[in-house]
Amino acid sequence: MIRIDSVTKRYPDGTVAVDRLSLEIPDRSITVLVGPSGCGKTTTLRMINRMVEPTEGAILLDGADVRQQPVNTLRRSMGYVIQNAGLFQHRTILDNIATVPRLLGWDKRRARARAAELMERVGLDSALAKRYPYQLSGGQQQRVGVARALAADPPVLLMDEPFSAVDPVVRKGLQDELLRIQGELGKTIVFVTHDIDEAIKLGTMVAVLRTGGRLAQYAPPAELLSAPADPFVEDFLGADRGIRRLSFFTSAGLELTSEPVVDVDATAEQIAAAAAAGTPYLLVTDRDGRPLGWSEPGELTAGAVDPDRLLSPGRPFEQGRDSLRAALDGAVLSPTGWAVAVDGTGKVSGVVSQAAVGEAIRAAHAEDRTDAKVAG
Amino acid sequence: MNVLHFVNAFFGDGSHWHGYDGIPARLAEHLRYSLIALALAAAIGLPVGLLTGHYGRGGNTLALIATAGRALPSFGLLVLMFILLGFGLVPVMIPLVVLAVPPILVTTYEAVRSVDPAPVDAARGMGMAESRVLFRVELPVALPLILSGLRSAAIQIVSTATIAAYVSLGGLGRYIVDGLYQRDYEKVVGGATLVAVLALATLALFWAVARWAVSPGVRRSG
Repeated sequence: MIRIDSVTKRYPDGTVAVDRLSLEIPDRSITVLVGPSGCGKTTTLRMINRMVEPTEGAILLDGADVRQQPVNTLRRSMGYVIQNAGLFQHRTILDNIATVPRLLGWDKRRARARAAELMERVGLDSALAKRYPYQLSGGQQQRVGVARALAADPPVLLMDEPFSAVDPVVRKGLQDELLRIQGELGKTIVFVTHDIDEAIKLGTMVAVLRTGGRLAQYAPPAELLSAPADPFVEDFLGADRGIRRLSFFTSAGLELTSEPVVDVDATAEQIAAAAAAGTPYLLVTDRDGRPLGWSEPGELTAGAVDPDRLLSPGRPFEQGRDSLRAALDGAVLSPTGWAVAVDGTGKVSGVVSQAAVGEAIRAAHAEDRTDAKVAG
Repeated sequence: MNVLHFVNAFFGDGSHWHGYDGIPARLAEHLRYSLIALALAAAIGLPVGLLTGHYGRGGNTLALIATAGRALPSFGLLVLMFILLGFGLVPVMIPLVVLAVPPILVTTYEAVRSVDPAPVDAARGMGMAESRVLFRVELPVALPLILSGLRSAAIQIVSTATIAAYVSLGGLGRYIVDGLYQRDYEKVVGGATLVAVLALATLALFWAVARWAVSPGVRRSG
């Protein structure tokens, strides 16, 4: 465990970057430091591997002050990932990744073999091994940065805004990849970002810092969203924290109905039966049960369904795997106000109205409050 | 009578190809002066440039020294050194080294300073010692620019080393100085042509060294 114990960083000109900060960073989890620029999050991270030395206080790694061991030994035991990756442009991808093993005295063959293993782990094509950094995209370079940090299998990984310089689509891919890798390796990760969504998505624990380097709140993301400690945190979380909080509620409990679902070859009787359910729209699926679109019952004629004339089914959610946020999103996006639920194979398992999703949200909130009371 | 005619006559004359005043001997002398001067200038300019560039300090002092060095006329310095020190290689080396240090020093400093700070930060964060950061991270990336500084210094030395002849030493300057004195323009043009060819050869040599020494990753991205 990393314990940040009442640490202050004051520069000679009097600016205070970090002000009496104390944090306990649990093992084998992702702890995110988030806050506006000038909140000292990067300074805090850099004090862990002594790129910056604290003015007061101490940082303890498994109970021992980080200043007790030689600085380069300490740094080699912590993976370090920075914005824009910071790759060595004169070295091949493979040799970039092999950097720390080489520093630790591994022979070239073993270090390269390990590097090749890491390339696979972070999802890089082995054909890139002999390339140079300029031949890679930003997202690929950042994967190399992560692989390089993991190469010597350090227990701790320090990541300083690693994904903030890539476009949103690539960023999402990298975040998912990090969560996957973390699931496999279980490192103690300290992750700095200014993006609260990234913090909520990745963090097991999130520390919100305010300008001047003071801790505003340290909590798991769900708690941050449901109970921000003060107006600063609330403001930093943004206007739609209620919606975002739904990400932490499962959609498993939603009651689906499959009455208004018909397949594209439905007979007139089947259409009439579905319409009898009283819903304003019917969902038409293809022969494999995948959603095609919505239609008013009167518009459907048996045997002559034109898929091009159907209203879009919106974005279906997978019940159980996706959260209530995805279900609500599906309902809001759907032109009919009904969300489409699918199973793992993409087959429609039922539909649910906005009202029913809303009911489930109220129920989830109520349950959350009871849990909080019990826990408190 | 044109220049090409002089060139033809000079190089066509078999007597110019052997003996102590022959082309091979003079060329060897010229190369020797140039190499010694370049080695001395590099021995001063490279370490100082690398260290100041790495620590990012002393840039203003360097610029001052470089300007002062460039402002000194080589020929004047040669005459002064000759008066102070008498005959020998030293009074020739001093103006050549003074001429060559500024381009080496200033470009090396700039080359190291302009290396992208991100990989340098990453290298430190991964636990590289300072010397390793300088030689394994900064130097390979700064190399093309450092070589260009060495190259311009080398070319200036090759062309200026002709002044050695004024103080009774050898080298290709011998042909120019003697030719002017003897009004033998064939000799003057021949000597000048040899200096020009040697300068071009120096360019080619540095190009080849850069091809060999600079990583393809740096060459193409830089």
